[in-house]
Amino acid sequence: MSRLPIIIIGNGISGSTVAREIRKTLDVPIVMISEESPYFFSRTALMYVFMGHMQWRELEPYERSFWSKNNIDLLQAKVCSIDPENSLLTLENGNHLSYEKLVIASGSKPKFYEWKGQTLKGVQGFYSKQDLESLESWAKDTQQAVIVGGGLIGIELAEMLCSRGITVHFLVRENYFWSDVLSPEEGDLLHQHIQAHGVILHLETELIEIKGDDSGRASAVITSKGDLLECTFVGITTGVVPKIEFLTNSSIDTDRGIMVDKYLCTNHPKVFAVGDCAQLRNPPPHRKPIESVWYTGRMMGETLAQTLCGNKTAYQPGHWFNSSKFFDIEYQTYGNISPQPSSSEKHFFWINSQENIALRVAYHPKTSLFLGLNAFGLRIRHEQIDQWLYQKISVQNLMEQLDLLNFNPEFSKSYTKQILIAWQNRQ
Amino acid sequence: MGLVVGTTGLFLLLYSLVDSAWSKSINGLALSLGLICLGSLLHSNLLYRNTLPGIQNNGVWFNSLTNRGILGWFVAMGLTFFYICLYFYPKTLGYHSNGNTGLIAFFDPLSRALNGKFATQWFVYGFMYTLAILLFGVKFIYKYRHSRYQIIRTLSVMFFQLCFAFLLPEFLSFMHPDTPYFAKDIKNMWPLNHYFFESWHLNNMLNGGTLGLFMLVMGLAMIFIISPILTFYYGKRWYCSWVCGCGALAETAGDPFRQLSSKRISVWKLERWMIHVVLVIVVLTTIAVLWSFLGKDPTSGYLSKETFVYGVVIGLATLMSIIFLFKRNELDKDAQYSLLSLGVVLIGTLLIQAFSGEKHILFVKSYTLTKWYGFAIGAVFSGVLGVGFYPLLGSRVWCRFGCPMAAILGLQQRLFSRFRITTNGGQCISCGNCSAYCEMGIDVRAYAQKGQNIVRSSCVGCGICSAVCPRGVLKLENGPVEHRTTLPNFPLGNTL
Repeated sequence: MSRLPIIIIGNGISGSTVAREIRKTLDVPIVMISEESPYFFSRTALMYVFMGHMQWRELEPYERSFWSKNNIDLLQAKVCSIDPENSLLTLENGNHLSYEKLVIASGSKPKFYEWKGQTLKGVQGFYSKQDLESLESWAKDTQQAVIVGGGLIGIELAEMLCSRGITVHFLVRENYFWSDVLSPEEGDLLHQHIQAHGVILHLETELIEIKGDDSGRASAVITSKGDLLECTFVGITTGVVPKIEFLTNSSIDTDRGIMVDKYLCTNHPKVFAVGDCAQLRNPPPHRKPIESVWYTGRMMGETLAQTLCGNKTAYQPGHWFNSSKFFDIEYQTYGNISPQPSSSEKHFFWINSQENIALRVAYHPKTSLFLGLNAFGLRIRHEQIDQWLYQKISVQNLMEQLDLLNFNPEFSKSYTKQILIAWQNRQ
Repeated sequence: MGLVVGTTGLFLLLYSLVDSAWSKSINGLALSLGLICLGSLLHSNLLYRNTLPGIQNNGVWFNSLTNRGILGWFVAMGLTFFYICLYFYPKTLGYHSNGNTGLIAFFDPLSRALNGKFATQWFVYGFMYTLAILLFGVKFIYKYRHSRYQIIRTLSVMFFQLCFAFLLPEFLSFMHPDTPYFAKDIKNMWPLNHYFFESWHLNNMLNGGTLGLFMLVMGLAMIFIISPILTFYYGKRWYCSWVCGCGALAETAGDPFRQLSSKRISVWKLERWMIHVVLVIVVLTTIAVLWSFLGKDPTSGYLSKETFVYGVVIGLATLMSIIFLFKRNELDKDAQYSLLSLGVVLIGTLLIQAFSGEKHILFVKSYTLTKWYGFAIGAVFSGVLGVGFYPLLGSRVWCRFGCPMAAILGLQQRLFSRFRITTNGGQCISCGNCSAYCEMGIDVRAYAQKGQNIVRSSCVGCGICSAVCPRGVLKLENGPVEHRTTLPNFPLGNTL
């Protein structure tokens, strides 16, 4: 009898990383199942297809032959249920598959808040390949659109729609954009940039109701400010939640996500979860139980593959880092930095508003220990700052060697002098 | 609006082909060129005036000019047709040694003003080529105005094309009207200039007075001293995307087509074979040509045939030993191809030594050999396919598959250079913009997503991958040769 495979549900960055990393060590059968697309693609780059920067096939980081060459079986199918007691899963087409080990990497889905009219045509989130396809069809005849939710996907969607000449109303519930991560000054910087691109920003504004026309297509939005905004497309970007509805009737322990220990193992020893859908029972200090980020998905995948290859390894991500791009402004963050200063966290902020460049550095008010930073329009050398975070250097030390962090292209203007003057003149 | 003005100018220019009165009008030439310049500048301005500084790739794959659509094919056909006329049927453009007509005659006044002679098809081509680089260069600078690397680099290619490739040689010809022809573009070095070592060219240089000798010495210095030093410190980009005329056109006029280069692994394999085969052919041809040059003139005290062959053999053997000794551990595909090329050349040289008579090299005449190289590589590959197929295969077809200069610089860049594209720790999101916009068809993402630096022999260092990266992952830089290509177990970020 042939060996049972390791089955991976989901072929995003988490699932694909598990598959690739296992294959580096072990010659076990691997099956990767995805409902969305047979081949791994870069979800973060979906926007570039819509904007005409790239073609779909360019989103796939590996040539299609890569998977068969590495003997990783790909299956496009929907998983309906899992029976961990019998190590069995059921597909929508009625087929049953047995597994030796199961890795759930099913990712997220857009979060909806039960708004009136949210099921109308032309109302959608933006997460999957299918979302891209439906957006493509709605965008064709859309002149005006409303985006609900001031976060990373919202601003991407705004940029996408702008690229097609669509007027975008951007509804942000808080008093500034991405307020759970950014400071108000950083928010301001982005507001001005978003507006310069023609986006109409509605701060402290929530969605109340979506109105539809006779054909069932969205026609307008009513906001908490009492405005009626005409639109034929509504993008819901109020966050994502783990996509785990197929586990409802199984004995796999879930909360918001699939509960896992530090080895990324669920309450069933043969079932694991990684990526967006995993919820850590005991997250490391300063980390959230669910982190829906490309990089953490990749790191969980790398870690779990170790365990599955017999080298039991706990998930211990290094120092936090993340990045994004808001229209033309690149953003990078390293270490721990809160939106607002506190008794245990002092902030230094420098901005050059003409050139849309800013830097915010967090440090401990008493010990001067460098904690983390946010950079806008400045590329920071990851290796260097990661090393400094491990070395626990002081903020003074960091400022003295600021040039070592520079990762901007050659000949770029240096802002070190401006930053240091501001640092010396800080209150 | 700009397009209409520019196209009108182009139409007026081509009208000289059919109207002989118009082709003799200086004002007509001024008007045509003026409209072309005005239209192009207007177009660039209108295109980017209302955009904010940043990446301007919206709709690239929706535009039939840039997605291999009807417009792209149309332009490719037009360009190819022009190149075929230019290389093989210059009479159709009006070139006659005893009195030009048509388009070539149109440029007579300009040519006489610059070099004192009537225009040739090569003067017209050189002029239009330079004009294209300048006008599309302005457009490129508008497009990438947020990036100082791109601005400075583009000013550099515009400067070298205008001054070194066009004005200076014309001016030198004007100053020395009686000396026989030899290449006066210092930067256009062997083997890109494949006729540098051909006997007629060597003779012309030797008989060309101080200037001729200067060009000969400079040409040799460029090949054996200046280029290796610059490539060691800065990578092959110092040439390919900062100085070279082919690169200049690819980077400016070719920029809208950079995404059309294939990134498939199979094409990479083809590329490595092709470019090294061309390198072998050009080196062998050159050795053969030098051999026959030395043979013709046994009394010339420069070099005896035997010394020459021993010199070449020892030189190649030294080069092979150096690669093998120092880069044994890096003997991946690129180094293997390079060693293989050198080996074939080595054996070829010895065969020439053993079996060649006075007039024949191996089994063909050296004249036939160089003629065929000039036709197949110089004309068809670099011209017709290289530029004509911009809208179909991308802007660097010649540089990627055919340029022997790129092969030599690439060999050095891969094995002995401080240049690399640094990957910024674990920040890559595998989006693929870098690969998509790599004109050389390098799958940049394949390295970046592993946290590995990119050191590829084909990389011309244009810096567009770094510019289009939305997460600030890529940086072109020069640094220590050690650990340039080290592959980490995992991208930075995990504690594994």
